[in-house]
Amino acid sequence: MSAHTKSPDGVFPPPLVQGGHDFHSVTDTICKIVEEPPTAGWFAALAVASSVLAMLGGAIAWLIWEGTGIWGLNNPVGWGWAIVNFVFWVGIGHAGTLISAILFLFRQRWRTAINRFAEAMTIFAVICALVFPGIHVGRIWAAYWMGPLPNQMAMWPNFRSPLLWDVFAVSTYFTVSLLFWYVGLVPDLATLRDRAKGKIRYYAYGVFALGWRGANRHWQNYERAYMLLAGLATPLVLSVHTIVSFDFAVSVIPGWHTTIFPPYFVAGAIFSGFAMVQTLAVPSRKIFGLEDFITIRHIENMNKVILVTGTMVGYAYAMEFFIAWYSAAPYESFAFINRMFGPFGWAYFIMVSCNVITPQLFWSKKIRTSTTWTFILSIFVNIGMWFERFVITMSLHRDFVPSSWDYYSPTVFDILTFIGSFGLFFTLFLLFLKFLPAVAISEIKGVMPEADPHWDGYHDAHAEEAGHG
Amino acid sequence: MAEMRKNWGLVAEFDNPGALLEAAHKVQEAGYRKWETWSPFPIHGMDDAQGLGGSKVPWITLGGGLTGFTIGLTLQWWSGAVAYPLVIGGKPLFSWEFAVPVTFELSILLAAFGTVFGMFILNKLPRPYHPLDKHPEFRGVTDDKFFLSIEVSDPKFDVHRSKAFLEELGGRGVTLVEE
Repeated sequence: MSAHTKSPDGVFPPPLVQGGHDFHSVTDTICKIVEEPPTAGWFAALAVASSVLAMLGGAIAWLIWEGTGIWGLNNPVGWGWAIVNFVFWVGIGHAGTLISAILFLFRQRWRTAINRFAEAMTIFAVICALVFPGIHVGRIWAAYWMGPLPNQMAMWPNFRSPLLWDVFAVSTYFTVSLLFWYVGLVPDLATLRDRAKGKIRYYAYGVFALGWRGANRHWQNYERAYMLLAGLATPLVLSVHTIVSFDFAVSVIPGWHTTIFPPYFVAGAIFSGFAMVQTLAVPSRKIFGLEDFITIRHIENMNKVILVTGTMVGYAYAMEFFIAWYSAAPYESFAFINRMFGPFGWAYFIMVSCNVITPQLFWSKKIRTSTTWTFILSIFVNIGMWFERFVITMSLHRDFVPSSWDYYSPTVFDILTFIGSFGLFFTLFLLFLKFLPAVAISEIKGVMPEADPHWDGYHDAHAEEAGHG
Repeated sequence: MAEMRKNWGLVAEFDNPGALLEAAHKVQEAGYRKWETWSPFPIHGMDDAQGLGGSKVPWITLGGGLTGFTIGLTLQWWSGAVAYPLVIGGKPLFSWEFAVPVTFELSILLAAFGTVFGMFILNKLPRPYHPLDKHPEFRGVTDDKFFLSIEVSDPKFDVHRSKAFLEELGGRGVTLVEE
């Protein structure tokens, strides 16, 4: 046992929590962010984000009033930025679930510092994603037709349509992510309740903490439930982007109708999601003084995931071209040559440079342990992954019949809606940072060496006292 | 109008997870049955120390999952083949293959509902009031404090002897808490 403390440097990984914290200072550091009055910087950021959110509201209101004609959609491009943005946001959400569920099942204990944060990102990204199909239906007052609800027309939805599978997949994903997040929050809400000075704060956190008091019988059921949720969320997250890819792959459009889509979409989703976690984590850990919890090791590990999934995405791009040639199907070959050299070739080259070249820089240890490089490269990946979905969707602009060929340009309302969705995302994220603990307090304590009842520090003390060891 | 309140139990504070686990083993060995440990995070080995059996949550999860599976499959078959039969693309009104995604999602959804609500129900939460809330130090249990409590209703409970026992185990500030 004591070999752990006396091991030569580098044999065992460095401690997950740095900076000589004890249990109380962990609670203090994380709760202080919530308990101290918001800074001017936070208010400024919230003002910007909520103004952008108001813009989204305006763009949606005009869309509902006027109809989808205000967007750049045409024939044959019947799916424009709305589906691009939908897939973009859903994909971002996937990293949160990967961190909270899959890394949990693989006993990757470094995840505890970033899981709360990443799960919040998942939920807000899925909210942004759900906006787009919601408003894209045009007659938004008929959106409930997507649900299997008994109605006066005696109609039922067509369960053979991948679009309906998508409704079920994304709404299940949202609900399960929310439950998972909330279950994780309960002990930390109890911490905030117990530290509350004022009555309002005490009752507000108290209601959501449900009277959690840390009884071991409760912890037993809690831990089991958490593990089961992780086990449920793991196949769920893989199914969600698989089903999102079915929106394309089940159709008979050249460039879409391929079996590589499900794994390729899932890898791309994790790739883009981790990039977004980095985009958010790198500045937040600095601003809120969380460097002891979200350490360089966390940043580096996430960059390794970006490198792996980025390489998988690059492989998928190459394989699509290979299969297009190998299949000897003229429409398929044309779709891909057109993708690279056609009217949207510029978008293809943005995609490849951002998604294939950028992550390869993370082979260098110097780059993947630098927060500045990480932040810059994560932005590139975000851009690249948006363009990936744009490139795929734009396969539509060259139809089977040349007489229906057209070009697609977004209108100002497409652009305002997309930018506005960032307002929604960042407004929610800023509120989260201020009102909820950004790092899972009880889980962080659980991975500290002192949390182990057989920790050397206790063991030695007892051995001296009782004379047994 | 001072009302006589019943006693709930004794509560003692311990220094750290190691001390709490050791005390828990001894309390269990001494034959107490209605007692509990309280900590800011789950402590490895505490379930065995308290002699707890396995958690029942997985059974509720399974029940939820099977319910979701049944609802998913029945809904798609009944709505597409019975209530609103509509031939699309010359395909059969029902086949299990197209029903996989929605059945899968509903199984996961209801299993997750079962897990979360089952956990809260088994833990008897929400519970707004607990006798320990009156203990002045107990609020620290969600920060860095570790407690062990023995309830009055335990057959082996005796105020003086149990108090002396907890102190002997290293419990600090042993207090009798009213209901």
